[in-house]
Amino acid sequence: MGAPVLAVRELSKRYGKQQALSGVDLEVGAGQLVGLLGPNGAGKSTLTKIACGLVRPSGGGVEVLGRPAGSPEARAALGYLAELFRFPGWCTAEELLRLHQRLAGSEGGEAERRELLDLVELSEAAEKRVEAMSKGMQQRLGVAQALVGSPRLLLLDEPTSALDPVGRRIVRELLEELRRRDVAVLLNSHLLSEVELVCDHVAIIAGGRLVKAGTPQELAGPAAVEVETGSGVRTFEGATREEAPRIVADLVAAGEQVYRVEVRHSSLEDVYLEAVGGQTG
Amino acid sequence: MSAAQLRSVATVIGLSVQEGLRKRVFLAVLVLTAGFLALYAFGAYSAFEDVDGFVAGETEILDPRAFTGATIFGLAMFATLFLGAVLAVFLTLGVVRGDAESGLLQPIVVRPIGRTTMLIARFAGAASLSAAYVMLVYAAACAITAAAGDWTPDHLVAPALGLALGVAIIAALSLLASTVFSVTAQGIVVFMVFGAGLTAGLLAQIGQAINSDSLHEVGRVASWALPFEGLYTASLHALISETAGLTGVVLELGPFGGSEAAGPELIAWAFAYLLGVLALAAFVFSRRDL
Repeated sequence: MGAPVLAVRELSKRYGKQQALSGVDLEVGAGQLVGLLGPNGAGKSTLTKIACGLVRPSGGGVEVLGRPAGSPEARAALGYLAELFRFPGWCTAEELLRLHQRLAGSEGGEAERRELLDLVELSEAAEKRVEAMSKGMQQRLGVAQALVGSPRLLLLDEPTSALDPVGRRIVRELLEELRRRDVAVLLNSHLLSEVELVCDHVAIIAGGRLVKAGTPQELAGPAAVEVETGSGVRTFEGATREEAPRIVADLVAAGEQVYRVEVRHSSLEDVYLEAVGGQTG
Repeated sequence: MSAAQLRSVATVIGLSVQEGLRKRVFLAVLVLTAGFLALYAFGAYSAFEDVDGFVAGETEILDPRAFTGATIFGLAMFATLFLGAVLAVFLTLGVVRGDAESGLLQPIVVRPIGRTTMLIARFAGAASLSAAYVMLVYAAACAITAAAGDWTPDHLVAPALGLALGVAIIAALSLLASTVFSVTAQGIVVFMVFGAGLTAGLLAQIGQAINSDSLHEVGRVASWALPFEGLYTASLHALISETAGLTGVVLELGPFGGSEAAGPELIAWAFAYLLGVLALAAFVFSRRDL
């Protein structure tokens, strides 16, 4: 990975007596899609807000393309969709995107607005007012708004929380398209299956600390090989898929009847639950 | 400031104006204004009619038209300031904390425009609408008074500018309050400050009427602490500053007692105060976690 688009170093944040983040390190490279997981109150939104300059860190720092988070250059390079957001109800989708084009200094004009509405499948709703849209439509419009000005970094805080399965698929396909365009994405989500499907890298935060990080494959590594024999089900913890033939051969050589072999992977959910220790916010 | 930043500022001002125009309160203020001007027109015509008969044939040392015109127009100025203050407060209601709590602020603030520029642009939007509003109502009241009794203020423009600067200061104070308080608390605090300013003016007036130096001084200091009141009384003074003789004396004893001319110090102080309040609001906003 080249120079990271988003670099989080020893980040900490304290709200009064509440330690929201403690010494978190994280990097997101160009074209990388990183999923940030954790229970409610773990510090995910705080980290995202610090990255876009909405919250000031208590210690450590965040850089966007080598510039301090919150600086005009850093803000110009990112797009952000908050978990809790609201757009002026009287704006149409088209007007809202035009407003953000002006604020972002985008020269994309009508072509960019049309493309963004296409990407989130809201072309038909271009002239619809925000107040007349469903929450799901507003969330997709929020994603389009975050993409105004072709940002190099996209920070999405629970972008699919109000979406139905079709809406989620649209956002998932959009994220894959962004990866092809080399956009770095940090995705906060509670939807583990979604993160597992689209993210290259997963970071799990609990109690303000980074407790686990890696690719979904690394995290959800092989957990066991389970073999059903004449004397019952035997589980070989930590064994990999490649070891399964040898295990079966050893069992057969030992005179066991083998009826079924299953290589069991721990799911991201298992990894998550183990990492957060059953915490919930 | 770069061209792109200027475009962003113009966008936020435009957004503030659009939001202001779409808020129901703007409609309510317009209805109230129409009601006020209609009642004012009725009152002005009636007052001029009555006073004509009252002094006819008697001594001419008291100019009934000037007395009546200045008195009712002074009351119209108070109503104009009040309605302008209502508009300024509602246009800046929840601009920082309220909008942050509802999630309206964050998508804008993360853009390169920056917090201070955004705040100044929101102020410019609210202050320009409120200032334009008070000047229009002032002009309408002026036209009604001239039509009803053929009376116009001694100075036409200065009082309007004084009121406009006064509501701009109220908008700035309201913006500062929005960085600290939630929507309801912000409204209450700013109207209490507005009331305190008017009470201070009243104290100064009473102090002058009963010849109490300490009361007059308390009112005067309070008026400077909240200079929209100083600007208002200076605007009142400008209405009659050229009115001489018994009419001038009687007006000074009445609703215009305590009013003082706006010297260069007051104008300079009002601008410095405005800038100071905006700087403080920008400082508080820059340190607020959103």
